[in-house]
Amino acid sequence: MIPWDQIVIQTLNGLVNGMVLAIVASGLTLIFGIMDIVNFAHGDLLMLGAFVGAAALGATGSFWIALLAAAIAIALLGVFLQVTALRPLIGRDPLTTILATFGISLVLQKYALWQWGPSVRRISEPVPGHFTLFHLQYPWYRVATALMAGAIIGGLWLFLKYGKYGIWIRATTQDRVMAQAMGIPVPLVHTAVFAIGSAMAAASGVLFGPFTGVTQTMGFDFTLRAFIVVVVGGMGNLGGSILAAIFVSLLEAYAAIVVSPAQAVIVAFVVLVLTMLFRPTGLFVPTPK
Amino acid sequence: MTRDQARGAVASSDGGAAAPPPLLRTEGLSVHFGGLAALNGVSISVRPGEIRGIIGPNGAGKSTFFNCLTGVLRPSSGHIFLDGEDITGLSPHTISRKAIARSYQITNILPGASVLENVRIAAQSRHHNWSMLRHHRSFVDVLDRAEAALADVGLAGKEDELAANLSHGEQRNLEIAIALATEPKLLCLDEPTAGMSVTETHATVDLVRRIARNLTVLIVEHDMEVVMGLAGTITVLHYGEVLAEGTPAEIQANPRVQEVYLKA
Amino acid sequence: MLVLDDVHANYDKAHVLHGVSIEVRAGEVVGLLGRNGVGKTTTLKAIMGLVRRTGGRVTFEGRDLAGVSPHALARLGIAWVPEERRIFRLLTVLENLRTGVERPGTMPARREELLDKAYRYFPILRERRHQAGGTLSGGEQQMLAIARAMMLEPKIILLDEPTEGLMPRMVGQIREIVHALHRDGVAILLVEQNVPLTLEAADRVYIMEKGVVRHQAPATDLRADQAVIHQYLGV
Repeated sequence: MIPWDQIVIQTLNGLVNGMVLAIVASGLTLIFGIMDIVNFAHGDLLMLGAFVGAAALGATGSFWIALLAAAIAIALLGVFLQVTALRPLIGRDPLTTILATFGISLVLQKYALWQWGPSVRRISEPVPGHFTLFHLQYPWYRVATALMAGAIIGGLWLFLKYGKYGIWIRATTQDRVMAQAMGIPVPLVHTAVFAIGSAMAAASGVLFGPFTGVTQTMGFDFTLRAFIVVVVGGMGNLGGSILAAIFVSLLEAYAAIVVSPAQAVIVAFVVLVLTMLFRPTGLFVPTPK
Repeated sequence: MTRDQARGAVASSDGGAAAPPPLLRTEGLSVHFGGLAALNGVSISVRPGEIRGIIGPNGAGKSTFFNCLTGVLRPSSGHIFLDGEDITGLSPHTISRKAIARSYQITNILPGASVLENVRIAAQSRHHNWSMLRHHRSFVDVLDRAEAALADVGLAGKEDELAANLSHGEQRNLEIAIALATEPKLLCLDEPTAGMSVTETHATVDLVRRIARNLTVLIVEHDMEVVMGLAGTITVLHYGEVLAEGTPAEIQANPRVQEVYLKA
Repeated sequence: MLVLDDVHANYDKAHVLHGVSIEVRAGEVVGLLGRNGVGKTTTLKAIMGLVRRTGGRVTFEGRDLAGVSPHALARLGIAWVPEERRIFRLLTVLENLRTGVERPGTMPARREELLDKAYRYFPILRERRHQAGGTLSGGEQQMLAIARAMMLEPKIILLDEPTEGLMPRMVGQIREIVHALHRDGVAILLVEQNVPLTLEAADRVYIMEKGVVRHQAPATDLRADQAVIHQYLGV
């Protein structure tokens, strides 16, 4: 007896989670694609964004202001981190940047613990209410999250495709040296991309906040999944990361029908291993001719 | 005239009657990349003990030729014979065992190892492949070979230096030592004087002349003085084909070759 | 305008330039000839700050370029067309041009003018303006690379082997383009292995060997007596 109702519910869940993950993965792959930085602190930027959002929500009562405040605050943090800790490491052994971002991750987590304490913060849903889906009450908020995530990713896409600065970013990603020769201020572009990636991570933290609550360790799950998704989608490949995020989240959601959610995570790793074995450049990357 | 040039002159005036069988022979060697012919029917014959220069403008196919000889690239058609044996399409490490060694344009040394270690690894690749349990210091003959190679290139006394700390010229010489340590029959030198000053170039030319006494050498070069001074015979490649072959004097007098170089 | 004074430069560890001294005056076309591997491309990269200068000075309009970051050179008026062209393969032709055209300080009207100029010089680029750079043929990519440099409204273009890998009939087109740029008053430092083109297009020529300049002369002198050319570039 095929559980159609569960499949539909899990499809929705998978899509929603996938969209949020896609924002995180997009930022990660943008950063890697343009400056070869593997940002282990990405999930912690998400986590800090969620905390800042919770604080802003408490202060103003507006979810939207909280979202904006978190994005801006973490973008500024990103600028600070990139300029002080990461820019000096350009050109060195990639292991140094990995260690640096790992160190940053630890610092950010402990800072959050110190600043806000160990109790879980709440971000209340901006869009209340549920609708009836089969035997479940499905929260409108989850649908709204997917739509907002879509808007953010769509906005990013348009910015990269049509904006003048989007061209700068794409040119720098393809050929850093030639971009410099064309007068593009590459160090500034690097910082800007890191800021954008950070802001996107923060936004997903606030969007995801109502789902599970805000804790210091919420970043880790995201970092892990985001890395898997970025590799599966093809490192530096923006479209690939987005598709891979949805793909992996859907698979996980479907797996949760038959096994417990904690075990369903294994699906992501299985996909990673298979990708590395058979299409190591990425599942959604066109085969080079 | 160098001794090798004299040898070349004698051999060509001999009528071929007493000429030894070629050490290296290629027959119709071709490499196609899609529609592009990087090499097109290259047939060359190199006698043992020769120093053969290979020149040609950019894109003529010189590196592609070396890549075929050393097994890095598989030719689309044609054959390569080393000492009469068909080595076409063999893997690089098999060819290394067949005694072709090559130095690279971009230095290929191990920067984190000492000078001696770099050469010793090459020296022991030829024999003692499966004895994992004997301590490396017990291979006295391997060490001897390594030290001899270092002495040949003028790096004796620098055995314990970290390879990364050598000057550029010394690193290029180390590359040649590594190639020598494998006791090759055929040594392929890929632009050995690239980026060198005039003094370093002269030193390298002397080095090559010294080691060429017991070897056959193929040398690709852009520096005409080097090639004309070292080689007994020169092969000119152009767009993947053999344009001309002869002694340095013959090549320099060849109007087609001049034309190709000045308009290329 | 552009002066290299006893410049030494390293490529990785290799000491490739051993004291290069070259000068390009405003509006001049200067040829840089030499065999493969003598350091011509490295000289251009040394000007652009893309290889490490270990000695000597590069000055542009009197200003020392030491410590000037590569992306500031475009603003000073130096444009670079590298040997491999290096167009942005995933950007369209128009987007490639826009990387040069959209500089701070240029008004939108001027930008349109510049793009029009690029299309007048290279009509094929207008036709292909929405195509990805990577889909263009070798000759078209070369034209795009030159057009892209023109968008910077440079005072000097460093042109590295523009005819390399091109079919013989395209060489004539390159010659026309160099002439047109010259008429526009743009100085050109032309690195080439194609001797006839260089002698015909240049005002003065330097000949390099093993990382140094060995000879310099007005192009007219070299056209009349090619013995020096044969010595340094022939076999």
